[in-house]
Amino acid sequence: MTSLLSSLVAALLLVNLVALGSSRIAAVIRAVAIQGVLLGAITAAAHGHLSRDVIVLVIGSIALKAWLIPVILMRALRQVALKREVEPSLGFLPSLLLGALTTALAVAGSGRLPLAETRLAPLLIPASLATVAVGFILLTTRRKAISQVLGFLVLENGIFVFGLLLVETMPFLVEAGVLLDLFVGIFVLTIIIHHINREFSSLDTRRLSLLKE
Amino acid sequence: MSIAPILLPLAMAVVVYFTPSKRWRPRLLAATAAAHLALTIAILASGPRAETTEWLRLDPVGRLLLLLISLLFFACAVYSLGYLRYRVERANQRFCSCMLAALGTMSAVAYAQHLGVLWIGIEATTLSMAPLIYFNRTPRSIEATWKYLVISSVGIALALLGSFFVAYAALQGGGQASLLFHDLMIQAPLLSRPWLRAGFTLLLIGYGTKMGLAPMHTWKPDAYGEAPGVVGAVLAGCLTSCAFVAILRLAQITRAAGEAGFTDRLLVTIGLVSMGVAGALMLGQRDLKRMLAYSSVEHMGILAIAGGLGAGAGFAALFHLVNNALAKGVMFLSVGNIHRAFGGKTTPEVHGALRRLPLSGTLFVLGLFAVTGSPPFAPFVSELLILKSAFAGGRWAVAGLFLAFLLLVFAGMGATSLAALQGRPPKSAASSPYRDSVTTFAPLLGLMILVLLFGLYLPEPVRSLIQEAADFLAVKP
Repeated sequence: MTSLLSSLVAALLLVNLVALGSSRIAAVIRAVAIQGVLLGAITAAAHGHLSRDVIVLVIGSIALKAWLIPVILMRALRQVALKREVEPSLGFLPSLLLGALTTALAVAGSGRLPLAETRLAPLLIPASLATVAVGFILLTTRRKAISQVLGFLVLENGIFVFGLLLVETMPFLVEAGVLLDLFVGIFVLTIIIHHINREFSSLDTRRLSLLKE
Repeated sequence: MSIAPILLPLAMAVVVYFTPSKRWRPRLLAATAAAHLALTIAILASGPRAETTEWLRLDPVGRLLLLLISLLFFACAVYSLGYLRYRVERANQRFCSCMLAALGTMSAVAYAQHLGVLWIGIEATTLSMAPLIYFNRTPRSIEATWKYLVISSVGIALALLGSFFVAYAALQGGGQASLLFHDLMIQAPLLSRPWLRAGFTLLLIGYGTKMGLAPMHTWKPDAYGEAPGVVGAVLAGCLTSCAFVAILRLAQITRAAGEAGFTDRLLVTIGLVSMGVAGALMLGQRDLKRMLAYSSVEHMGILAIAGGLGAGAGFAALFHLVNNALAKGVMFLSVGNIHRAFGGKTTPEVHGALRRLPLSGTLFVLGLFAVTGSPPFAPFVSELLILKSAFAGGRWAVAGLFLAFLLLVFAGMGATSLAALQGRPPKSAASSPYRDSVTTFAPLLGLMILVLLFGLYLPEPVRSLIQEAADFLAVKP
């Protein structure tokens, strides 16, 4: 079980780097969708016995993160007829290196924190912190509005991984509420993306610079 | 049904969304706000026996917050009647519906007794406010909405991670790892310190982003500047109060865990930074609404400092929370009126506001004196109390910087506001038909009377409400 879990976590970290290194937005959306499937699988693998709550959570997170949100984002991408470039303000290679570095730091740093148990935490805590960091890098170094939403999604995925340590203690309602909020948030963001595109004829957030001090 | 203050506005948000009449929607909004206020007063008057679930329950802090939100929102809803009549060219369906949704979700924050439920409530307020900022549908308002959504979403995401850290600290403490505030308080001494510290820091950053503490304040001038004045009043008065109460609740847990020094240091530092940044950016500010946004950053800083001064400042912090919300209501609503009468909100366009809008202009002057902490208004009293507890605690440097930043803000706000108020209206702005009417003036007057009254004499029921909340948050040694 633990070896399956560790290979799933390794795959998750690999997908992080794919998201950092892809130059096409569609590829990043696909990477985030794959991450959604991996999260579902990790959720299942992390819990030896599949209780009803865990099954609902697995199905819910896969449906939302691997299917619904990517579909919405792909549609937004088609609507604004923007296919190619991610246009990072930090080049692909530097951001990849930065991603790899923060992953290494997360693994090293979380070894210093006290852990409640030794089965899941040594794997999930570094993975979570590394994914959060990669989400931050995506969010701050990308200029297209959709890329920033994708960065936010990766960040949320990292937090979700940490949440897995707490599933037994966190009531199911809270988990469901978190997923729902995430979904509504992405939905509102894509509506705004649509309006940005209509008003500015571009999704480049550098154009959003009317308001400054 | 003692959670009716949450359910009623949410249900009415749906009803209003499907109400076809453009004239009836604002009326339903105002009626719901009135019902919410009546309900809140009834629940508060019935005493603390109104028990509900353990996740959603009104404790003394929640009672104070709920009343504050309900009162300010009622003023804003009445104001919206006149405002939306004036802005007939705009569709008001989303505006009315989202205002009510915001009221319901903010009430849920007042009720929340669980770390996760609190997070869901604050996230829901963030989302329900976004369409309100976008009301004017201009490129500038889209930009403001985008910044608001992205920055607050990241902040809220960090707050979620922080909540998880606190939960993990509880898990490691060996208890049953409940996320109810009550249980966390009992288990506090057992919580794992490193995780609790990291969790509180993330939560302070996350909810501090919602409050608009510097350096996470960058969305605030844009959102407050581009949103209608009435939305600014709800954001600056109600929403920031919800976020501050969330931070106070968490600070209570970290203090109980024996991390009082760490908690207070963080709060005082971030508060002083906010006051300083706000003062610096306010100098030379020409946009009235952006000026108010920085004033809000300043007052959030004052609240954070008061929150970090220990138990002696508990009453002062909550009293200032009330005063700030009421005074911000006066300021944003009067600037909204000025904006409409001149068709602009920057000082070259707005000139001679006292001459064109004698009523709103006068209240703007009074509100200005109130938010800058001049006697005899209520913020003066609460700021004095905060200063007193800083001196009492021997925090001379904090008190000195506090006073210096207050003066800086006074200079900045005074210069901008006087330029807008004095003189004759410019010829170019002579075309606007807007003048003060009952619905766009009475709410300001009501709030201003409260700000003055609380400064001169604090009625006993209000005083005991604040005192009970402060006692509740104080950590017994």
